[in-house]
Amino acid sequence: MKSSYDIIIIGSGVTGCAIARELSRYECSCLVLEKDEDVCTGTSKANSGIVHAGYDAKTGSLKARMNIRGNMLMTSLCEELDIPFKRIGSLVVCTDEANRKGISELCARGIANGVPDMKILEKDEIREIEPNISDDVVCALYAPTAGIICPFRLNIALAECASQNGVDFKFNCEVTDVSKLGDEWIVETSSGSFECQAVINCAGTHADEIHNMVSDKKFHITPRRGDYMLLDRSLDGFVKHVIFPQPTAMGKGILVTPTVHGNTLVGPTAVDIESRDEAPVTADGLSKVQEGAIKNVKGLPLKQVITGFSGLRAHEDGGEFILEEAEGCKGFFDCVGIESPGLTACPAIGEYMALKIAESLSLKFKKFWNGICKDVVKPFELSEEERAALIKEHPEYGRIICRCETITEGEIIDAIRRPLGAKSLDGVKRRTRAGMGRCQGGFCSPRVMDILSRELNMPLDKVTKSGGGSKIILGRTKNEG
Amino acid sequence: MKADIVIVGGGPAGLAAAISAAKEDKSLDILILERDNELGGILNQCIHNGFGLHTFNEELTGPEYAARFEEQLDGLGIRYMLGTMVLDVSSGSVTAINSKEGVFKVNCGAVVLCMGCRERPRGALNIPGLRPAGVFTAGTAQRLVNIEGYMPGREVVILGSGDIGLIMARRMTLEGAKVKCVCELMPYSGGLKRNIVQCLDDFNIPLLLSHTVIDIKGKERVTSVVIAEVDERSKPIPGTEQEIACDTLLLSCGLIPENELSRSAGVEINPSTNGPVVNESFETSIPGVFACGNVLHVHDLVDYVSEESGRAGRSAARFVKNKATAEGPVIKIRNGNGVRYTVPSFVRVNELSDDLVIRFRSGNVYKDSYIKVLFDGETKLSRRKPIITPGEMEQVILKKEDLANTPSEILIEIAER
Ligand SMILES: Cc1cc2nc3c(=O)[nH]c(=O)nc-3n(C[C@H](O)[C@H](O)[C@H](O)COP(=O)(O)OP(=O)(O)OC[C@H]3O[C@@H](n4cnc5c(N)ncnc54)[C@H](O)[C@@H]3O)c2cc1C
Ligand SMILES: Cc1cc2nc3c(=O)[nH]c(=O)nc-3n(C[C@H](O)[C@H](O)[C@H](O)COP(=O)(O)OP(=O)(O)OC[C@H]3O[C@@H](n4cnc5c(N)ncnc54)[C@H](O)[C@@H]3O)c2cc1C
Repeated sequence: MKSSYDIIIIGSGVTGCAIARELSRYECSCLVLEKDEDVCTGTSKANSGIVHAGYDAKTGSLKARMNIRGNMLMTSLCEELDIPFKRIGSLVVCTDEANRKGISELCARGIANGVPDMKILEKDEIREIEPNISDDVVCALYAPTAGIICPFRLNIALAECASQNGVDFKFNCEVTDVSKLGDEWIVETSSGSFECQAVINCAGTHADEIHNMVSDKKFHITPRRGDYMLLDRSLDGFVKHVIFPQPTAMGKGILVTPTVHGNTLVGPTAVDIESRDEAPVTADGLSKVQEGAIKNVKGLPLKQVITGFSGLRAHEDGGEFILEEAEGCKGFFDCVGIESPGLTACPAIGEYMALKIAESLSLKFKKFWNGICKDVVKPFELSEEERAALIKEHPEYGRIICRCETITEGEIIDAIRRPLGAKSLDGVKRRTRAGMGRCQGGFCSPRVMDILSRELNMPLDKVTKSGGGSKIILGRTKNEG
Repeated sequence: MKADIVIVGGGPAGLAAAISAAKEDKSLDILILERDNELGGILNQCIHNGFGLHTFNEELTGPEYAARFEEQLDGLGIRYMLGTMVLDVSSGSVTAINSKEGVFKVNCGAVVLCMGCRERPRGALNIPGLRPAGVFTAGTAQRLVNIEGYMPGREVVILGSGDIGLIMARRMTLEGAKVKCVCELMPYSGGLKRNIVQCLDDFNIPLLLSHTVIDIKGKERVTSVVIAEVDERSKPIPGTEQEIACDTLLLSCGLIPENELSRSAGVEINPSTNGPVVNESFETSIPGVFACGNVLHVHDLVDYVSEESGRAGRSAARFVKNKATAEGPVIKIRNGNGVRYTVPSFVRVNELSDDLVIRFRSGNVYKDSYIKVLFDGETKLSRRKPIITPGEMEQVILKKEDLANTPSEILIEIAER
């Protein structure tokens, strides 16, 4: 790997990877540095997976603009990158006549922001499209352009596409200092230093720390935790839209939504915490999630939970996306405070930031660029004949490894061998869903470990859950010596 | 593809069902479909002894017990396909996948469901905390130790006192790990008495009843867990928290019969067992589809699995030969005080070939009580039991003659003194 690049991106979440993909259209050398072992290990891995319609953010704000544009770009992006995305529409539910005014205000803001086709629905109309809605429902704001997406696939596909177009990635590489030397930026990391013309700070919850290394105008991020419960796929269809309560100062509140894979997701809470990396689920959080869920959806069988998890929003004090060249730091670009709707906005942020940087460095478009990137082959999405032919040629597509999600050995091998392939159990899980089902890897994890060990030519006891010190086994048994 | 009987799953239940069906009628073409690469099911990883006391009057290990059954397959002409997962079941066919045939369909006269069960994972338990490596279900850890030869941990806390957890407390200790304690949410253990004595008491491993894990610490690998005592409503009692340094948390918090296939086939499920509702022949609500073993209800002893599955296999064989549905009276079996469920749920008297075995579990611990069987409200049988616990399956056996005057309902209950 070289040590000198035109551009260095810090952080391989959706923000960094969306920018990387857009920059890969240009003639330039670009490197993404990531402190963890894989892409999609920060906030981008633990969120609601909602493509928001765009009525929440203040009219005229960058958040609102990026949301609307991101939502618009999402359909074609998902086609190009083979990302599961469904525009199922959202409902902001009002359960108290006294709060009806809030719904009209939200609707008016949506219109001002440019959200298309919104409607306020009354009780009976809501009932018809959402039979399990609470009996207390009064009215709701319906936004048909809201959707659900696979957040892992979004992040991974953006990265794979960037990589396929020449962007380098370096993992297990934590940026420890950024400084200017003449016209160049020097980026110090846990594994050596790199020089470049431009730095793009996409470090999520650490973006203020990175910014504050170079700029006198300081930023401050508060990590805001959100707990979730994920329910079994057997409840598929229990709710059909993204169902929100009315928003508050702390955010959009506890939603109930189907996921693109047919699970039901409930959450998140919003609690400000100290740690920027550790997001423990709390008992209090889980009980708030449960309370919140049943306010809007009646009879939701929360007993069918298959896992709980939590994510950290990068809330900047100003509450706005900061997407700009840092004052007095030519060539240092910030993406700071990328909290919700960051996932929705990432295609727009990619476009917006890449344009700024291309102008600043006078970059020219490449002659050839390939924006198409297919997902891992999924035998169960093929026709019978195609599947039969695939298994005939590659018998590993006939061997089921994850029984809950019916994932074959072929898919897991593919996920490991791809560009920026999986290196750990969690990496395989996010790329294939093996281990995401109701038994949460209890059955398949030893089998996936075997495949990782074989494919990556590493001893079984070196296989990790998610890189670093997350070793799964701690040595041999006595008899094995 | 075609077969007279397809058996889904080649664990002890599937093996016993196949063998007794073949013995019932040698001309039947029987096919076992097993997704693993060997027969024997969960027994392959149970290398401790204690299997087969009832069936063979000797103490065998799990693999030895399975081998006794496997040896009989060839002689009886039973076919089996390994590495083959069944994807779909209906009354006349099953659909499966493997690496040789791809996705294929087997048309058949009867199906016996023998898919076993799976463990309740961390996610289903709502345990707060971080999500580091080092949290395993006891069965996953058992596989890593006994089949792969690797240690999943060195300093271990176990949550849940189910049999697998108890067995693993001993196994990990024998392999040189330190098992700090076993926490059990309930005021009683969920495992067999003999396992508590042989796996915990003999190794001085404390069993903390009415305790649970309320936090998991460690970002990459578990570094400690916090445990606490719980009140009668299973809520942690403030002030009783204790942090225990460990690198591993094993979960043995219950088994769930694996009935996704049964559900999507439309088989009626009993909410208390999470297994199919069956009659005396182990036939489910879909004619020609039978169920036995842990997929039907969770067993503690494999001997009972084998015995029950033998009946299921014979019934399937009879069904294939003689398709006519049974006529005649049906007796409903109900669970009364203290009884969580019964298997079977009803009896077609004319179909009963020999004695009727009714198995059940209690919902609580009962000391010095009676198991009572009432026919239409009248006590027919009353048996004194010094102790009844949810961790040990109970049974009553009724003679065929006793049912001749066909009560409309049989009630099983636990009568306290
Ligand atoms: C609870 C919750 C729910 C949400 N729901 C939604 C939603 O439904 N819809 C929506 O649009 N948005 C949602 N969001 C917001 C969205 O998830 C985020 O805006 C988005 O994922 C941010 O992506 P990112 O790339 O900026 O940050 P991250 O994904 O956190 O990526 C930052 C990366 O930088 C790396 N990094 C940090 N410091 C360093 C360093 N020093 N050196 C090297 N690498 C470093 C990190 O390891 C990380 O991989 C939600 C967020 C949360 C927390
Ligand atoms: C740790 C542990 C300790 C035990 N100790 C004892 C003991 O000391 N003494 C004792 O008597 N009993 C003991 N038991 C209990 C006994 O082992 C079980 O009751 C018995 O194995 C259950 O048999 P089964 O065939 O129903 O299920 P399993 O053994 O689980 O077999 C089910 C089989 O079905 C297959 N299958 C499932 N779904 C599909 C599908 N869709 N397609 C194809 N195949 C499928 C599975 O791969 C598996 O092989 C113990 C059990 C455990 C887990």
